[in-house]
Amino acid sequence: MRYLVTLQVNRTSYPVELEVGRTLLSVLRGELGLTGSKEGCDDSECGACMVLIDGRPVNSCSYLALQAAGRQITTVEGLASGTKLHPLQQAFLEHGAVQCGFCTPGMLISATALLAANPDPTEDEIRAGLSGNLCRCTGYVGIVAAVRSAAAELANAD
Amino acid sequence: MGGRFTSPTALADALAATAAGHRPVAGGTDLVVGTRQGKWSLPEDLVALDRIEELRGIEETSGGLRIGATTSHADLAGHPAIRKRWTAIADAASIVGSPATRHIGTLGGNLANASPAAETSGPLLCFDAQVEVRSTAGSRRIALADLFNGPGRTTVRSDELIVAVELSELAGVGSSYVRLEFRRQMEIAVVGATAVVSLDGAIVIDARIAITALAPTVRRVAVAEFALVGTDGGPDAAAEAGRLAAEAATPISDVRASLEYRRAMAAVVVRRAVTGAIARARGETIPIPASASLFGAR
Ligand SMILES: Cc1cc2nc3c(=O)[nH]c(=O)nc-3n(C[C@H](O)[C@H](O)[C@H](O)COP(=O)(O)OP(=O)(O)OC[C@H]3O[C@@H](n4cnc5c(N)ncnc54)[C@H](O)[C@@H]3O)c2cc1C
Ligand code: FES
Ligand code: FES
Repeated sequence: MRYLVTLQVNRTSYPVELEVGRTLLSVLRGELGLTGSKEGCDDSECGACMVLIDGRPVNSCSYLALQAAGRQITTVEGLASGTKLHPLQQAFLEHGAVQCGFCTPGMLISATALLAANPDPTEDEIRAGLSGNLCRCTGYVGIVAAVRSAAAELANAD
Repeated sequence: MGGRFTSPTALADALAATAAGHRPVAGGTDLVVGTRQGKWSLPEDLVALDRIEELRGIEETSGGLRIGATTSHADLAGHPAIRKRWTAIADAASIVGSPATRHIGTLGGNLANASPAAETSGPLLCFDAQVEVRSTAGSRRIALADLFNGPGRTTVRSDELIVAVELSELAGVGSSYVRLEFRRQMEIAVVGATAVVSLDGAIVIDARIAITALAPTVRRVAVAEFALVGTDGGPDAAAEAGRLAAEAATPISDVRASLEYRRAMAAVVVRRAVTGAIARARGETIPIPASASLFGAR
């Protein structure tokens, strides 16, 4: 059976018709054209597909799109305000936290969830917060530094 | 294409769906992830439990705690009463998977999945958890020890849902859950152990010890519990409990560890879990999760 539901992604409503087995990631990329979220492993190991659902991080490759219907979904496309990058995005650029960029959307989403719950994390807390996200390029040091610097930036902005 | 899906907000509607043959999905971190890994295909008809308010949340009752089946690991790990009085549960819930796994994965799913390596099972067994299951025909309570029926198997019928887990207060106990892990996060227990102890002065008067990933189901080890009672719970007593638990374990060899290694490490994790529980019973601080705090502890 197919079900007509509404997905709320980055504050925009998208009506979609879905079969039960469709994963949220396949709908975001395949139906809505939101290709920021990536498919790495497709089974909850790498975090490249991470999105926020009602503010909580979720591996969208392994989450049923129907379970996300009506909830607030945030993807990496929803982080910037217009052409102004989110402080985390800016910090990733400045700290060399991006090489090939494949893990970056998921890293940014997990980092967003981390800073929302813990605005001033220690290095260990940052590493734990990003533990569901794999990066095969950077060695993580730049990513941790970027999250730390964005945390300071966001604290000053408040 | 077949496949029906319902996402009720009322428990009664969910029970009607399971009676009609729908399989429950809570967080999907076992059920859906398993389909992505190719372990099985998605059940034809599903009932999602995540919109049913009455299944979620932790309530302090007169005699203890009532934990709704769809309560997440993150909520378990962060709950003040659990952290203070049922600390081993917080040790376990706080090391499940990644932050995403802990936010989406639920207690009911962890129990229903019945993995011999499931994190929350050992602490709940030691705390004498009672599981409330319900169907359209009514509810029944099962002691957690009677819920597990083998690896991946439970005594919950297909028309039933786990609705809550109930714990009674055990006065003055210290508890801890420790797993052997090859990495700090995103790990499945190679082996694990839970200890819950009560002291009278310096002497152990009650001990509960459970082993994880060391038998077809998570289970308690009576010989090790008996041996610990009456001792001071010091290094020799903890080591002896570990030795006895390792002897009683029936581990398997798989991709993560050999049988021999698991048995050898059983002695180590049981010893650490006992050490952590004794220290907490004495009022000493062992930060949650105990696994990381007790790493390398003698
Ligand atoms: C990356 C990753 C890491 C993980 N790490 C760990 C770990 O460290 N430790 C650990 O123990 N587990 C781990 N898991 C496994 C999993 O996250 C947990 O077992 C989780 O608690 C399952 O809950 P769920 O709500 O997602 O279950 P689901 O996948 O929704 O359901 C699991 C099973 O239980 C049934 N079910 C669900 N709810 C109910 C109910 N209320 N009544 C009856 N049946 C029900 C379903 O039909 C299904 O058969 C990990 C999983 C992933 C993907
Ligand atoms: S693609 Fe989802 S976790 Fe790897
Ligand atoms: S930058 Fe290439 S995977 Fe992280």
